[in-house]
Amino acid sequence: MKVELDINNEKHAVEVEPRMSLLDCLRDKLLLNGAHAGCEHGVCGACTVLIDGAAVRSCLMFAVQADGYAITTIEGLSPGPGELSPIQDAFCETHGMQCGYCTPAMILAAHALLSKNSQPTRDEIVEAISGNICRCTGYAQIVEAIALAAERMRGQNIKTGQP
Amino acid sequence: MSAPGKFRFVSADRRVREDRRFVAGKGRFVADIVPAGTKHVALVHCPHPAARIVSIDKAAALAMPGVAYVLDGAELAGATNPLAMGLDTPNVARWPLASDVARYSGEWVAAVVADTRALAEDAAEAVQIEYEPLPFVLDGEEAYRPGSPLVHQAHGSNVLLDRTFVWGEVERDFAASPHTLKHRVTWGRSSTVPIETFGVTASWDPWREMLDIWASIQMPKYPDQTAMALKLPMSSVRVHYDVDVGGSYGVKRGIKHTVLVGYLSRRLGVPVRLIEDRMENMRGGDMHGPERNFDVEVAFDDQGVIRSMKMRALDNVGAYAGRSPFQLGKPIGAIVGPYKIKSVAYQAIAVVTNKTVQEAVRAFGQAPTNYAIERTIDEVANRLGLDRLEVRRRNLIRHEEFPYLIPSGSTYDSGDYHVVIDKVLAHAGYGDLIAERDRLRGQGMLAGIGIAACLEPSGGNSSFEPLLNPKVGTTTWMDSCRISIDLVGSITATMHTTSAGQGHETMVGTVVGEVLEVDPERVRVVRADSLNSLPSNSPVGSRMAIMLGGAAFHAANKLKDKLIAIAAHELGMPVERIAYKDGNAFDTAAPDKKRTWVELVTIAHRHIHRLPVGMEPGLSVSHIMPVPTGGALPTADGRVQMYPCFSFEFHLVLIAIDPDLGKPQIKRYVVGHDCGTVINPKIVRGMTIGGIAHGIGAALYEEFAYSNDGLLMTQSFMDYLLPSSHEVPPVEIVHHETPSPHTVFGQKGSGESGYLGAPAVIASAVNDAVRPLGIVVNSLPIKVAQLGDMIAAARDNKKGN
Repeated sequence: MKVELDINNEKHAVEVEPRMSLLDCLRDKLLLNGAHAGCEHGVCGACTVLIDGAAVRSCLMFAVQADGYAITTIEGLSPGPGELSPIQDAFCETHGMQCGYCTPAMILAAHALLSKNSQPTRDEIVEAISGNICRCTGYAQIVEAIALAAERMRGQNIKTGQP
Repeated sequence: MSAPGKFRFVSADRRVREDRRFVAGKGRFVADIVPAGTKHVALVHCPHPAARIVSIDKAAALAMPGVAYVLDGAELAGATNPLAMGLDTPNVARWPLASDVARYSGEWVAAVVADTRALAEDAAEAVQIEYEPLPFVLDGEEAYRPGSPLVHQAHGSNVLLDRTFVWGEVERDFAASPHTLKHRVTWGRSSTVPIETFGVTASWDPWREMLDIWASIQMPKYPDQTAMALKLPMSSVRVHYDVDVGGSYGVKRGIKHTVLVGYLSRRLGVPVRLIEDRMENMRGGDMHGPERNFDVEVAFDDQGVIRSMKMRALDNVGAYAGRSPFQLGKPIGAIVGPYKIKSVAYQAIAVVTNKTVQEAVRAFGQAPTNYAIERTIDEVANRLGLDRLEVRRRNLIRHEEFPYLIPSGSTYDSGDYHVVIDKVLAHAGYGDLIAERDRLRGQGMLAGIGIAACLEPSGGNSSFEPLLNPKVGTTTWMDSCRISIDLVGSITATMHTTSAGQGHETMVGTVVGEVLEVDPERVRVVRADSLNSLPSNSPVGSRMAIMLGGAAFHAANKLKDKLIAIAAHELGMPVERIAYKDGNAFDTAAPDKKRTWVELVTIAHRHIHRLPVGMEPGLSVSHIMPVPTGGALPTADGRVQMYPCFSFEFHLVLIAIDPDLGKPQIKRYVVGHDCGTVINPKIVRGMTIGGIAHGIGAALYEEFAYSNDGLLMTQSFMDYLLPSSHEVPPVEIVHHETPSPHTVFGQKGSGESGYLGAPAVIASAVNDAVRPLGIVVNSLPIKVAQLGDMIAAARDNKKGN
């Protein structure tokens, strides 16, 4: 069946099977490969995208259910080719990753947090990423990245909610 | 950190260049690579722990839409060689698909190929297989006993390896010691379980006779083993190393997956890919880690000084041999840990059972062994009523005793163990930590302090292979780097393997920049494919800082020497008079006499008539480096230098356990870390904390549990529990640097230390917490429910008394 998906402020008309997950649709139909399959049962969070600004597991959502919502993937966060958003840059500054597989989802989870809370405590950051499993880092440099991004975004007076 | 000024880029707190692509979602993982016309594999797995395959009916599956093929094990075994194995056990042969007999629940029996993965999964459900269940064995000790059901009838027993090494005068030392202690500690079956499952795409081009492979691989000898199994010349297998691997920590060795899709691609004439789903990964991905029983006996004096140790290690390696039994061999290189135990008897036993196959896991068997040693040191202290720290101090090798030869033949390169411990205690405020433990106890909590040391053998060598399989004469391993300066002066370095988050591109850039005195950001780092690569044995055994870093260093120095030789020739003076700085070469006596980088590059590439007679034109060099200290075969009594370098870590934690819940909470985690010279502080810190997180999982949460009827019960992340951000506490790292004399900057390995020490220190803390109740916990993982039950029973018992 046909759906129209609003992804990163662009409309995409896609023909999908009703059973196709949003994750598979993003990857296989639209070649948006930044969303990753980790467990495909909603635990690891590697497939996280933003639906109307909220972090959602794209493996647990059918593509047809996403029709009508504003979907943001990691590909929508870079201000331009080769440019990094403040959150992306903070992850680079603290090396908040190793293999990079969970990273796009972590950054989107951080984005969802910082769009609501510009001064998160450590506990609030830990809670915000607790649905995203990272096997490499032990989370410390991820937590630091998000705290650093929050600090810089406040310092630069970037409007809360912008990546 | 290094002394200021010692290096310019090495040890500097620089960004990791790989990160830019990952934060943008532009990593290039195997699932992102889909050649045109690719077909997809889904697997049919055996639902029994052991069964004869009576019949396979493919008709219904083949009739379904989009299905191209259904492959069974008989066809595959008829067309391919068995997969390589480490030990000399030819009758434990393994192919990617079972034929005749399946030996664990989850083993692949048939592979369905279809236009999409979804269609392949649909059709896999329609493959009808008739099984005749067979007797099975799950427990390693039971499998070891005569009369057990046999996993491989042709092998005649379940024992792959049973060898006892005796290094030194063990019986004499035991007889001469006033105290002995014996206990059993066990390490449960878990693994590294990367978030990216294993995946591989193979594409056979019949016109070029070339099999192209993209895989999320971390494995030595992967192209060789693939070619041998598929009966192809190695020059017809091209493995692309420019694939980002989404975590591995040892286990990404999908050789059976690769042989399967390689065969299918040749059979069908189209690209074929297999990306495991999580269940396939957990039950049939053949990536479980060690499951090991240790019987440890030590002989010691009144002061707690341990003279001798007897260790029996029985590892349940699952249904096939593979490479995993070697994980009993690597610990021989640090069999006494950081301690001065003078004699050791070590019995290494690997048995097959009807469980999923074991694969290499972070530290290659050393983490379980370290846990067993550290549990034993704690028990010696308890037996004598001595302080656990003091007992360690009395047994630790002292700084002035390095290089230090251990009984099993390895010489430790360097260390400063007592100082690292003192720094950790000072940082943590050890007295305050004890006071905090006692305050928690006063509040009714069970609280304990954990103490554990560990060694991280690093440099990744192959000495355990000839040690455990005399038919293998492999004495050492290599790694390589090629560097070119092109005709406009840009620098490109080539590495020859994949990476799984270790930041190798950053490391190579840093090292080349350091030697050539140019900004590392100017050094492009690329990856060859297996047909145009130099030798590499992949990032295993904490080896790449030492080996790839070393190869890059030596290659860069060869280039620098060449630039100096060109300048000397130009200026008509001996090379000894030429100095090199920031890319330019000049006369030390008259610095204005010089040749600049651009001039030198131009001469080498274009003005070849100006080169010294006999010099090769251009600026391309390679360096292939063997492992330092490697190269010798074991002695007849099994002594050999294992790895060249030995990092040291000291872990200290405070844990509180709510006695009503049994749930351990880590209140404080401090680790002293000495991996010699740090090349990139951000990377080393991440590896250390990440290893600790992984160790916390192995200690408290993660286990591949089997039902009594032989089925794997933990096949998803709902039941196999990975630590989240809530379970990993802040970790404080105390740095120390004892350079290695064997490496170019003094660096040692750092990829495994957290995982080596965390399980031991958590076990230590939990035991300190529950000891007042008379409980001893000697098995991992320490699950909340089990611990809660033990505490409840002990309290009831106390009340009853």
